Amino acid sequence: MADATLVEAIDLALARAMQEDARVLVLGEDVGRDGGVFRATDGLLARFGPGRVLDTPLAEGAIAGLSVGLAAQGFRPVAEIQFMGFAYATIDQMLNHAARLRTRTRGRLSCPMVLRTPCGGGVHAPEHHSESGEACFTNIPGLRIVVPSSPRRGYGLLLAAIRDPDPVLFLEPTRLYRAMREPVSDDGTALPLDQCAILREGGDVALVGWGAVVREMLAAAQQLAEEGVAAEVIDVATLVPLDAASILASVGTTGRCVICHEAPLTAGFGAEIAAQLAGPGLLSLLAPVERVTGWDVVMPLPRLERHDMPSVARIVAAARRSLRHG
Amino acid sequence: MRVIGCLPQRSVIWRMSTSRVAEFSIALTRYLDGNGAATGPLPGFAAAPADLLPLYRGMLRTRSFDAKAVALQRTGRLGTFASSLGQEAVGVGAASAMAAEDVLLPSFRDQAAQLWRGVTPLELLLYWGGDERGSDFAGPREDFPICVPVASHVPHAAGVALAMKLRGEARAALCLIGDGATSKGDFYEALNIAGVWRLPLVVVVANNQWAISVPRAAQSAGETLAQKAIAAGVPGEQVDGNDVIAVRDGVARALERARSGGGASLIEALTYRLTDHTTADDARRYRDDAEVTPHWHGEPVARLRQYLVANGVWSREDEEHALAGAAGEIEQAAQAFLATGPQPLSAMFDHLFARLPASLRSQRDAALGGEADNG
Repeated sequence: MADATLVEAIDLALARAMQEDARVLVLGEDVGRDGGVFRATDGLLARFGPGRVLDTPLAEGAIAGLSVGLAAQGFRPVAEIQFMGFAYATIDQMLNHAARLRTRTRGRLSCPMVLRTPCGGGVHAPEHHSESGEACFTNIPGLRIVVPSSPRRGYGLLLAAIRDPDPVLFLEPTRLYRAMREPVSDDGTALPLDQCAILREGGDVALVGWGAVVREMLAAAQQLAEEGVAAEVIDVATLVPLDAASILASVGTTGRCVICHEAPLTAGFGAEIAAQLAGPGLLSLLAPVERVTGWDVVMPLPRLERHDMPSVARIVAAARRSLRHG
Repeated sequence: MRVIGCLPQRSVIWRMSTSRVAEFSIALTRYLDGNGAATGPLPGFAAAPADLLPLYRGMLRTRSFDAKAVALQRTGRLGTFASSLGQEAVGVGAASAMAAEDVLLPSFRDQAAQLWRGVTPLELLLYWGGDERGSDFAGPREDFPICVPVASHVPHAAGVALAMKLRGEARAALCLIGDGATSKGDFYEALNIAGVWRLPLVVVVANNQWAISVPRAAQSAGETLAQKAIAAGVPGEQVDGNDVIAVRDGVARALERARSGGGASLIEALTYRLTDHTTADDARRYRDDAEVTPHWHGEPVARLRQYLVANGVWSREDEEHALAGAAGEIEQAAQAFLATGPQPLSAMFDHLFARLPASLRSQRDAALGGEADNG
C-alpha cells in the first residue's frame, strides 16, 4: 500500500475504473497530454489512448452536455471541469438534463456520468479558482453530490461515483490535493455513497462538515480534547442524498452541533442540516446550532481569503459557545 | 553641415498585404416550387411519384395529429401544446432520411419526425397531457425525449455521435432545432466540437422565421443560419423546408457523409410557422394576417399534393380516404389517452435514481399519505 496525495488517489481511482470497465471515459480541458491542470489525469492518455481520454475544446457546458449524450448511449463518462468557478456553466446541463433524464423517460434512458471539479480556497489561486459552490447544485433533485476529505476517501468515493448508475457531481478540495499523504490501497474497493463517515467519536459536541474543512474540524477536535471536551467529527461526504440519520443520531448523543463549510452562510448546505436538526432533531438539542462558514461575501482574492475560510479557532470558539448552554 | 545630438530617423513602411484565406458560399436546394412543379430532375428516392406517397401520408398524419392536439387543449383535455402546422416537411423529410439505428434528438415542435420514427400518437398525447410515460417510447428506444430549454440538446447529440464514433459504428445522430436555437452558446459549442472531432452528427434547423415573437431578422444579422456552420468547419447548406423532397435529399446526403466518416453537417430548412408558438401564445400580438397569409402559398402539404395529383398518383378520393384514415388513427389514440389513468403517485420518486436513496423514503411515504412525515 503506497502513500498517495489526494490528486494521486484521484488518478489511481480513474485508472482503476478505466481498467475494470471499458465504458469509462475521461474527458475535459487539458486532461490528455497535460494530464489535467492539477495532474489528476496524469498518465491516463498514455495508458488508455485517445479513444478513452479526450481533450475537449474549451466549453464547459458542452463538456457536461457531451457527457449526457455519452452516458445515455451506455458510456460512463468522467468529465473534468478545471475549477469550480467554471462549473457554473454546467448547471443548465446538470439540472435540466443529467439529473432528470431517468425521470423524464421513466427509466428508458439514464445518465451515469461523473462531473469532477476542484473546489474551495486556500491555495492562493486566481479569481474564480477558489469557489465553494456546492449549494448551487444541492437543490437539484436526481443529482448526487460527493466530496472527499482525504486521499483514501477520495479514491474510494470516486470509484463509487463512477460505478453509480446516476449522475454525480464530485467535488475535489483543491487545498487537499497535495496537503497530505496517506496509505491508499489501490485494490478497487469503493467507499459507500449516501453515508456520513464518523472520523472521530466524541459525546460532547458534533462537528459536521465536508471537504477540506474536515481537516480544521479534526484539529479543532484535538484542541477541544486538550480542554477535556470530546468532539465527534462527522464527514458528511455525500451532501445529496443526505445521510441525516447519522447526523441526528450523533446530535442525539451530544445535543450540540457545529456545522462547518467554506461556502457562504446564507442558504449554504449547512442550512439544510440545521433545518434537519431544528426538525426531527429539535428535542435533542441542548444549545443553538452553530454554523462556521464563509461569510456572505464574494470569495476574496488570496490576500484576504484566509479571513473568509473557517479556521480552527472559529470552530473551537463555536464549540465553546455551544457548550456554555445547558 | 553637421547635425549634433540627433539620432538618424528610421522610417518604416508597413506594406499592406491582404490575402483571402477563407471563402464560403451557401447553397439552397429546392426540387418542387411553391405550386408543386418540379424545378428539375428529382433525386433517386423521388424518381417515381408514387414513391413519395409515404412522405405525403406522413405529413397528413402529422397535421391531423396537431389539429387533434390543439382541439384537445382548447377543450381543456391537454396541456400547452406546440403545433407544427406548416413545417411538417422538415420533420418528415429529416426522419425519413434516417436509418432506424440512427438516433433522433428532437425539440418540442418535432412530432412530425417523432411520429415517423415510431413514437406513437398516444405517447405524444400522454406527454403533452402531463404524463412522463409519454417519453418512454416503445419504438425508438434510443431516441431522446424532446428538448424544451432550446438548444441544450445539441451537446447531447454530439455526445451520442461521439459514442457512435468511438464504437466504430456506421450510425449518426440527428438533432432538430429551431432558428432561435442558433443564437445559443450550446449550439455553437456542440457544432464546434463536432467539427473538430468529425462527429457523425447532422443538425437540422427548422427556420420557421419566428422564435415566439422575435422574427428571424432580429435573431441574427447573418444572411443565413446555415453559414454558422462555416465557423465550425463543417458544411452548411439551406434546403427549402416546405419541400419534403429537398429536406430528405439534403439530410440524406448529410447522414451518409456522417455515417461514412465525413463528419458533421448543418442544414437550415426554410419554412414558416403558420400558427401560434404554442396554444398558450397569441401570435396576433406580434404579427398580422398580412404577414402570415402569403406563406400559405407553397406550404408543404399542398405543395406535394399538387405534384402528386399532377403526376396522376393521387386523387380527391385518395385524399379523403387518407384524411379519414389519419383522423381515425388519431381519434383512437385520443380516446386511449383520455382513458389512461394517472401514474401512481410514487412514480415521482421511483425514477429519480436507479435505487431510491434511504433519505427519500420518508418523503415518498409522506407523499403516499403514510405515517412518515417530511422529515
